[in-house]
Amino acid sequence: MPTGPASSGPAVLEVSDLSVEYVMDAGSVVAVDRVSLALSPGEFIGIVGESGCGKSTLLFGIAQLLAPPARITGGSVVFNGQNMVGLTDKQLAAVRWKDLSVVMQSAMNALNPVKSIGAQLKDAMRAHGVTEADRIADRSAQVLQMVGIDPVHLRSYPHQLSGGMRQRSMIAMAMLFTPDLIIMDEPTSALDVVAQRSLMVQIKELQQEFGFAVIFVTHDMSLVSHFSDHLMVMYAGQVAETGDTRALFGSPLHPYTAGLMEAFPSIRGPRRQLSGIPGSPPDLARPPEGCRFAPRCPQVMPQCATTPPGLYQVGGTDVRCLQYDGAGNAGSLP
Amino acid sequence: MAMLPPVPSPGAPPVRLLELAPATDQQARRGRAGLRRLVRAVRANRKASTGTVLLALFCLVALVPGLIAHDNPNATIYPRSLGPSARHLLGTTALGQDIFAQTVWGTRQVLIIAVGVGLLSTGIAVLIGVAAAFLGGLWDGSLNLLTDVLLVIPLFPLLIVIATYVQNAGTMVLVLVLTLTGWSYTARQLRAQALSLRNRDFLLAARVRGERRMYIVVVEIIPTMTSLLVASFLTNALYAVLFASSLQFIGLGDPNSDSWGTMLYWAENNEALQTGQYLWAVVPGACIATLGAAFALLNYAFDEIGNPALRPVRRIRANRAG
Amino acid sequence: MTGPLLAAAEPLLRTEGLTKHFKIGNALSQQVLHAVDDVGLSVGERQIVALAGESGSGKSTIARLLAKIYKPTSGEIYFQGKPLSSMRSRADTLHYTGLVPMVFQDPFSSINPVFRVSHGVLRGLKLHRPELSRQQRYAEALRVFDVVGLSPAAEVMQRYPHELSGGQRQRVGFAQALALRPRLILADEPVSMLDVSIRIGLLNLMVQLRDSEDVSILYITHDLASARYVADRLVIMYAAQIAEAGPIEEVLANPRHPYTQLLLSAVPDPKAPLGVGAETDKGEPPKVIDPTPGCRFRWRCPLATGECHSVTPPLRELLPAHTVACHVARADAVTEAFR
Repeated sequence: MPTGPASSGPAVLEVSDLSVEYVMDAGSVVAVDRVSLALSPGEFIGIVGESGCGKSTLLFGIAQLLAPPARITGGSVVFNGQNMVGLTDKQLAAVRWKDLSVVMQSAMNALNPVKSIGAQLKDAMRAHGVTEADRIADRSAQVLQMVGIDPVHLRSYPHQLSGGMRQRSMIAMAMLFTPDLIIMDEPTSALDVVAQRSLMVQIKELQQEFGFAVIFVTHDMSLVSHFSDHLMVMYAGQVAETGDTRALFGSPLHPYTAGLMEAFPSIRGPRRQLSGIPGSPPDLARPPEGCRFAPRCPQVMPQCATTPPGLYQVGGTDVRCLQYDGAGNAGSLP
Repeated sequence: MAMLPPVPSPGAPPVRLLELAPATDQQARRGRAGLRRLVRAVRANRKASTGTVLLALFCLVALVPGLIAHDNPNATIYPRSLGPSARHLLGTTALGQDIFAQTVWGTRQVLIIAVGVGLLSTGIAVLIGVAAAFLGGLWDGSLNLLTDVLLVIPLFPLLIVIATYVQNAGTMVLVLVLTLTGWSYTARQLRAQALSLRNRDFLLAARVRGERRMYIVVVEIIPTMTSLLVASFLTNALYAVLFASSLQFIGLGDPNSDSWGTMLYWAENNEALQTGQYLWAVVPGACIATLGAAFALLNYAFDEIGNPALRPVRRIRANRAG
Repeated sequence: MTGPLLAAAEPLLRTEGLTKHFKIGNALSQQVLHAVDDVGLSVGERQIVALAGESGSGKSTIARLLAKIYKPTSGEIYFQGKPLSSMRSRADTLHYTGLVPMVFQDPFSSINPVFRVSHGVLRGLKLHRPELSRQQRYAEALRVFDVVGLSPAAEVMQRYPHELSGGQRQRVGFAQALALRPRLILADEPVSMLDVSIRIGLLNLMVQLRDSEDVSILYITHDLASARYVADRLVIMYAAQIAEAGPIEEVLANPRHPYTQLLLSAVPDPKAPLGVGAETDKGEPPKVIDPTPGCRFRWRCPLATGECHSVTPPLRELLPAHTVACHVARADAVTEAFR
């Protein structure tokens, strides 16, 4: 497993072979298939993939927020030394928000529309044992300032704030107890480009100041390219490639990663036609036998249809592609 | 392409019957795919299958009562107050009628009232609710006022007043009375859903396409509300069963009609429970309850079929990973 | 009145002083929201024009004005030289909306979930091309489904919307527009709700429609990178007004308006070096309510002068075909406000 940049202390989060299934009447769907990742303190990992690749399910699985029919069917999630899988709600409550918090995709959905921001911050603090009114007031103003919102907005309701400000208040809420790990599920996808960039920069600044680790899930690879130390590309419920961000961007090994990067029109540089990745992801209820990307892969080999590839280590990167299994397939690289 | 259960987008109404998990390509080609899926969904859901079976049973009895009960329900020729026997399955009343025959023949009127009120109420509710949502302005205001006034008036006293005025309310009158007092409840719900649909892009797309307003309301909007319409029908049918029987029980119906409520009326008049003629009172009461339950079960079932989030969840013990 | 020269110069669609105001607030405090103010833009034949801006800039309102969903508060829209205000009858409007249809943003709510996906196309054909018989309508539906890449057309047409992916649904939207044999398609952020990797397919489709179906497209977006990929001309909107407009490569290479520079600096580009720490702008575009004269960007602009605070900058042609509404912008040098 690739290790992050030299950071102090043991891993904040170690996910080993985590599998999540949706058990439905028509059969079960394995949404996350044996995914592993490790996060050191202060590390920023971006999880990237198309809709339906399992990244959000993975996130919910890590945060222990899965609801039936989804459930964890294998693997462990060790956070600060404690396996979270199988803990009761009470045990989880001790960890939640104090050491681990979550920022959802759409603030308009996650925030209570009939309560002011200040009231919601107060609720969160009281739920975790802070009851003195002045401590609550001080901390509320403090976290809002941290994210660049004027504390006068403690009295505002969510619909009175702009999209960018709502997302920032979600982050403020997540920062209430300066947790060790903040998990974010596409927090910028509803924002315009300037607000998006501003929010990303703000997150990075906060991270550098307070030293928390971040898991950032998105479908927009270029968004995390400047901010993440590590990148994990998911496809059809599995890890396709994972490694140091710059290395991955510099030379993507997995054909899917390469294809994804090709799908971004550039604002600078020469104008050329892009083709994206033809076809669509497989039906996870009936995943294909061999490599799940084989039907769409421009570098497909005959054995890809029948042999499921494992995760092979190439330098500091792990790749799920038969080209790198070390059994002499590397010769077929273009 | 079945992947994960559909996640409702923000602001979208809950996923209803028509937005189920996708079928395979072959099924999509067949025109009756929708019906087949519905049948499968009903069979898979316990509430739906129970409700359907019960309702089917009552419908069968209402269709061919003569085949099931051979006695004339109104004939007072039998020995009075008999207990259950081979000849009289449920015994006889204090007036010499066969209880089984009465029960069987009484099914018809109750079902007619239930279905009649269900359909008419829903029809009026749709017209008024959807019109209010789309005409807006003064129309919305006045239709709302009408709806709210009817909602606020206490239902049962209103029914009693009307029924007393009409006297000896037969089937048609009961249907009318119950419809006129019952449409307002579901009209509110339908208006609320129509309002939430108003800003959906596909309606704007229809408007930009050049469709006329009436077309948009009838063809584009109302079909997307079918699950709410079905729910409205079932709710009103249930309400009709209970209230029609109640009105008949207190003597406002036609005392000579064949109906469960009327049976209860006569049973009460003859102090059936006090004199030990339990079946005379209990049997029609149980039938009313069962038919009501059938409608209620179906109502819950349609909600569950339409919105997977409402389905009962089998408790799975926390996974102890190793 | 229109000589041959003038007729050649008249663009497919042209707006003059287009303005749309909305009254907001209750009876006690009436305010006027300026959604679109004095906009003059044009779209030529076989041209893709990108209309870019943040939320609230007015770009979606312009689309709705052009689609005749809203009536302008003032100003005029000319289509093929004819003013829209002269189209009074239902037949006129129907004719126009057939030539200028709209494609919507949200693939999950822009198609009626109750009907098969062929419904919209067939209805459109029935309303706008009544001369076709039933078989002809069906054949035409098959054709447009093929053109937008939904194959096999006969099979896909029979599906319900929930059986299609987001990208496929957006293609259905384009098919519905194509069936009417349009001259100009109003595409209101057609790819912003799709995954980034699927957008390319739709963007390529738009270019293909321009080239092979002879259709112009007004592409409304907030993403400059995708605008660059498809468009010939770029119009940047800010706070209900046009900030800058011109040939797209020219505007992106030499942005003259500080707002354009801000937008460009915010586009995530993995291949470009990062300038973290230069960010102070939070991306809070204003709601234009009862505005005062002056440049509306002045509160966010590091180069604002006294004139910017009192005089609304007019849209002037700084370079050939390249117009800018800024007092500070100069033709010869790029005044860098944001990097």
